Amino acid sequence: MMLDTGAAAVAATTPGGAWLVAAVMWPVIAVLFAIVAGGRHAARITLAAMPVGLAVAWAIATRVWEGGAITYLVGGWAPPLGIALRADGLSAAMMLTTAIVVTGAGLFAHADFAPKPGEPETRTSLVFWTLLIAVWGAMNLVVMGRDLFNLYVALELLTFAAVPLVSLDGRAATLAAALRYLMFALLGSVLYLLGAVLLYGAYGTLDITLLASRVQPEPAAWVAAALMTAGLLAKTALFPLHLWLPPAHAGAPPAASAVLSALVVKGSFVLLIRLWFEVMPALWSVAATQLIAALGAAAILYGSVLALRQERLKLLIAYSTVAQIGYLFLMFPLAFDPATEQLQSGVALTGGVLQTVSHAFAKAGMFMAAGLMAKSLGHDRVADLAGVGRALPMSLIAFGLAGVSLVGLPPSGGFAAKWLLLSAAVGTGQWWWAAVLVLGGLLTGGYVMLVLVRAMGSTAEPLAPLAPVARSREAVALTMSLCAVLLGLVALGPVELPEFGGVEAAAIAEAGP
Amino acid sequence: MSTVTLFGLCAAALVGLGLYGALTHPQPLRKLIAFNLLGSGVFLLFGVFARRGAWQAVGGDPVPQALVITGIVVAFAATALAVALLLRLHKESGEATLDPPAPAGASAGRRNP
Repeated sequence: MMLDTGAAAVAATTPGGAWLVAAVMWPVIAVLFAIVAGGRHAARITLAAMPVGLAVAWAIATRVWEGGAITYLVGGWAPPLGIALRADGLSAAMMLTTAIVVTGAGLFAHADFAPKPGEPETRTSLVFWTLLIAVWGAMNLVVMGRDLFNLYVALELLTFAAVPLVSLDGRAATLAAALRYLMFALLGSVLYLLGAVLLYGAYGTLDITLLASRVQPEPAAWVAAALMTAGLLAKTALFPLHLWLPPAHAGAPPAASAVLSALVVKGSFVLLIRLWFEVMPALWSVAATQLIAALGAAAILYGSVLALRQERLKLLIAYSTVAQIGYLFLMFPLAFDPATEQLQSGVALTGGVLQTVSHAFAKAGMFMAAGLMAKSLGHDRVADLAGVGRALPMSLIAFGLAGVSLVGLPPSGGFAAKWLLLSAAVGTGQWWWAAVLVLGGLLTGGYVMLVLVRAMGSTAEPLAPLAPVARSREAVALTMSLCAVLLGLVALGPVELPEFGGVEAAAIAEAGP
Repeated sequence: MSTVTLFGLCAAALVGLGLYGALTHPQPLRKLIAFNLLGSGVFLLFGVFARRGAWQAVGGDPVPQALVITGIVVAFAATALAVALLLRLHKESGEATLDPPAPAGASAGRRNP
């Protein structure tokens, strides 16, 4: 029940369907209020809206866990004419993750972007808070949408909300990074749309459930699948389409980097899962799954090696994102069942989704911790981090715990994810992916240790922080990292792994603050 | 050659031209125009499918037309955002290119996917 593959066409709204509408509507309402009320009140409105969002995500997750997927037919019109929203295990897990990470980013960013009393309101503040909530709403729509065109609009909303977050400081370098990001994203989404149009032309529907029953292995479907996959890969920043990611994620303010790295790239990835596992699970060949995982493996090795070589901490973390995205793609060949020649949702898919969620928490914690270190030191050169461990111990622990999850040490969520992928690789006899997993873990350990060793180095005299760092902000970073670590404890606990769709939602819920 | 085939070929040509332009031109403005060309090709293709579907029914298939209008709005918003970023970049740096002023690192270089 992770994904509802092979489910019958949706006939009616299920009980609780109104929650799905709430999940999309409340961020839109919050954005409108924030824009109308202006920069002085945007922070307050956004922070007030966050508990609402958390409650909605929680309500949907518990309902999905207890009673299975929830469906809502917009306007009461059934597909193919109408549009369905549907929350399954994957949606619920992503919505809860989004809710926790965005709330964390909001609490973390309050010191940076809330207008100070007596100072005039700034446009940066208004833009940051409205876009933060907009990212949340767009993510909710991306993970719930069932109509490929509706999903295109949702993806674009996500892009439009994410791109300006990159260039909040308005420097030429970040503007160029944002523009490059937008160029990649626009090309990606138009390729996705072209594929969706071809599917409509061939099968007369854009609804995921209906398409799944109509798609045949034939040239139209192959071309559409290739175009949509290429477009989504550009947005997910899989090697070699990752070039936009490091400057964009490293240049943004820490809270924005956390949201971009943790969530935004995962939106298009969720869509990719839907496309490969739900719309056309039988369309793929062994070669296709091996190819996409080879790109993932290249991303792991290339991203990790470049992360090791970075001089600046935020760039190191950004390259780490490039590498960790690579892990997500290892699940495709591992989920391929040679007997039936189609992708099966099972251990490999569970591992991939767990990697998505645990990386989200770990990377959010890491970017926040790095932001605090940079604020305290006035720079983020990896070579000159000595002494920061004594000045900001909680931030360093947050960084270290996030690193534990990225490396895949027990008991973290990253460990559970990589262990599932590893056992799937061994189980299907594809030892080469197991080798990539292990090598990637070693390289990740290398760059995490590099930072930790430097940061724990002692200086002749105690470091004088340039700017005071609030303990509460360190606590937010630590909470994110703890979520990543505890996720593994709960996921590997007494629960049965095959029923992961619901269990995972519970796992995140229990690991959450 | 029927009208539908003719328009379908036009759409394919627009998509090809747009894709070629978006991948080969280093200038953001040219990339943006190529993106719009590519988008027009996609919308035209959608129109063709609407017309082709109409062979089996009365009138035209209205769904693609509604979607194309939405798509045009989205593409327009994307173009506006890109132009705004480009103008701001030009104002800040005096340049309208994505090339870094000096080769700063190993990752600077090819930008095209």
